Amino acid sequence: MSSENQDFNKSKAFLIDMTKCTGCRGCQVACKQWNQLGAEKTEFFTGEGYQNPPLMSEYTFTRIKFRDYEKNGQNEFAFYKEMCMHCNEPACASVCPVGAFKKTKEGPVTYDADRCIGCRFCMVACPFGVPKYEWSKALPLVRKCTGCYSRVKEGLKPACATTCVSAITYGNRDEMIKEANKRIAARPEKYLKKLYGSEEAGGTSVIYLTALPFDELGFKPVTKRPLPSYTWQALRLVPGIFLTVGSSLSLLSWFNHRKERIAKEEEQRKSGATPKEES
Amino acid sequence: MTAAKIIANEIKGYHRFVQFLIVLVAVGALASLARFVFGLGVTTNLNDTFPWGLWISFDVVTAVPLAAGAFTLGAIVHCFHIKKLEPLVRPAIVTGFLGYSLVCVGLLLDLGQPQRGWHTLVYWNPHSPMFEVSMCVMAYTTVLFLEFLSPVCEKFGYHVPLRLLRTLEMPLVVAAASISTLHQSSLGTFFLIAVDKLHSLWYNPLLPLLFWLSAMCAGISIIIVEATMSHKYMGQPDESELLETLAKILPWVITVYLTVKFFSLFALTEGPLTNRPGLLILFVVEVVGGMIIPLFMLMSRKVREDGRLRATAAWLVIAGIILNRFNVSMFGMEAPGTFYYPSFIETLVTVGIIAAHVLFFVLIAKYFPIFEHHPETVDYSIPDHFHKTEKGHAHGAAKA
Repeated sequence: MSSENQDFNKSKAFLIDMTKCTGCRGCQVACKQWNQLGAEKTEFFTGEGYQNPPLMSEYTFTRIKFRDYEKNGQNEFAFYKEMCMHCNEPACASVCPVGAFKKTKEGPVTYDADRCIGCRFCMVACPFGVPKYEWSKALPLVRKCTGCYSRVKEGLKPACATTCVSAITYGNRDEMIKEANKRIAARPEKYLKKLYGSEEAGGTSVIYLTALPFDELGFKPVTKRPLPSYTWQALRLVPGIFLTVGSSLSLLSWFNHRKERIAKEEEQRKSGATPKEES
Repeated sequence: MTAAKIIANEIKGYHRFVQFLIVLVAVGALASLARFVFGLGVTTNLNDTFPWGLWISFDVVTAVPLAAGAFTLGAIVHCFHIKKLEPLVRPAIVTGFLGYSLVCVGLLLDLGQPQRGWHTLVYWNPHSPMFEVSMCVMAYTTVLFLEFLSPVCEKFGYHVPLRLLRTLEMPLVVAAASISTLHQSSLGTFFLIAVDKLHSLWYNPLLPLLFWLSAMCAGISIIIVEATMSHKYMGQPDESELLETLAKILPWVITVYLTVKFFSLFALTEGPLTNRPGLLILFVVEVVGGMIIPLFMLMSRKVREDGRLRATAAWLVIAGIILNRFNVSMFGMEAPGTFYYPSFIETLVTVGIIAAHVLFFVLIAKYFPIFEHHPETVDYSIPDHFHKTEKGHAHGAAKA
């Protein structure tokens, strides 16, 4: 949880304009190459359109989701590039018992495989369903998009953003949001007048522009509040509760034992036997 | 050779049921071996949609409240000073210690990297409920182990450690109650992060408090069931009178639990409650069958005094809490149209763990003084260090 007091405006973000996506899936290939991910045996045409592979997995950190729809009586494709959203305040980083996830100041949320104990809480917590597990292994770890942190910290763009010819812009988050709003203002008939990612889960480092409503494309409806705050409102009480329960029970038992001891002494005094005689 | 023979003969003398339990435990151990050889993906029905399954839902999230008897009873007897319940404490501690040890076993099987379990001790993340729970479970298992050492030392006649343990008794009881409060509730905090996943029938900000209150209900009910059964099947002393007292406390805890539950359901819940009929049925069964019916049963003196009816009510509470934990950690988390059921191997492991619990309890009760404990012969009052004028007096009282 290094994200506190961080200015997210200056961290890097993706602006992904789905109206400019052609569905070439060059980003998927670039991602596999840079991260050296294995191939997956899949069936073509298992999803809508040319969607393949069917789901993100331990071998697939990003993929283009296809959506068939009709416009002016013609069949059209709409796309959604699914990937890690690199939340400003990531749920995965807050729930990880060993702090394996970290929001870097550059923007990407990184994962430290050497720390991970494989509890899969990140997978339960992530509102976007991003972390995936190495189900094929006996001692599995978590895999997810790293935002190409190794490239970004050296001043390069992420692999998918470098490959993409049209849809992905990469830069400071405030500039990306400004650019997105500019595009909406310039061509209001083309865009849905909402950004996905500017407020979702408290704000993310991936901002989407689309033509179709988000839920139709497969975007998950997500709370606007940063997720870590949901658990922290209970967890912050932990030290207080520990001290309160501990001290009140100690006091209570001290009081009750004292009462018993006094009663016992009283009884002994009444029976007339002094302890000195006893011992 | 002879030692093996003695053990084999000893096992031959056991009851059929105990031998059956040994088989179940052995099968469970083999099944868990398969998990490490073939991997989690092959042996379980877990996948990226259902990262947590039976092992988390039962072996951790349900087993922890079921082992809550030790801390609840410890606090009732030693802190609230209802001393006549003392004979029930030791069996409760044994159950708790076994329960928590097996929680650790279940957790290690479920972890992807069990050999790195110690990482939680080194890389702290206080923002994680999982960190909190794992620290508490480790601490509390240690506390329970120390409490469990008393009958062991008695058995072998180690007097010096016994004295030390007796001095530690009160601090251990208080530590047990405080640590348990933390992790029983933090198990509820786990699911606070599942904002848009857990159905609003169960999701509300008071989930941790509800988990803690229901854990106490579970703890008390388990003690009632356990004492009834060990009287019936193991020929242990009849504790009916004490169980009546416990059965009098239980409805109060249930009432508090239900009050908080209905308050949070109607006042704090955002989102629709009746949009998933299946979940609604599960919720109604859990609350009515598992809490409201036993509450009304236990309010009548006739039920409290009748051993069978009392145990039935306690069983209902236990079933209600098991269903509640499954609702929160499994059924309520499933998105519409998706379904998880445990694989054969997952089931074998969990059955093995339950069998191990019963088996070890029976064996410990057989070889260690668990039920033969006579607390009335022991003076549990805290030594009087400040009562200087009557120093000799207090010492005399302690010896007498």
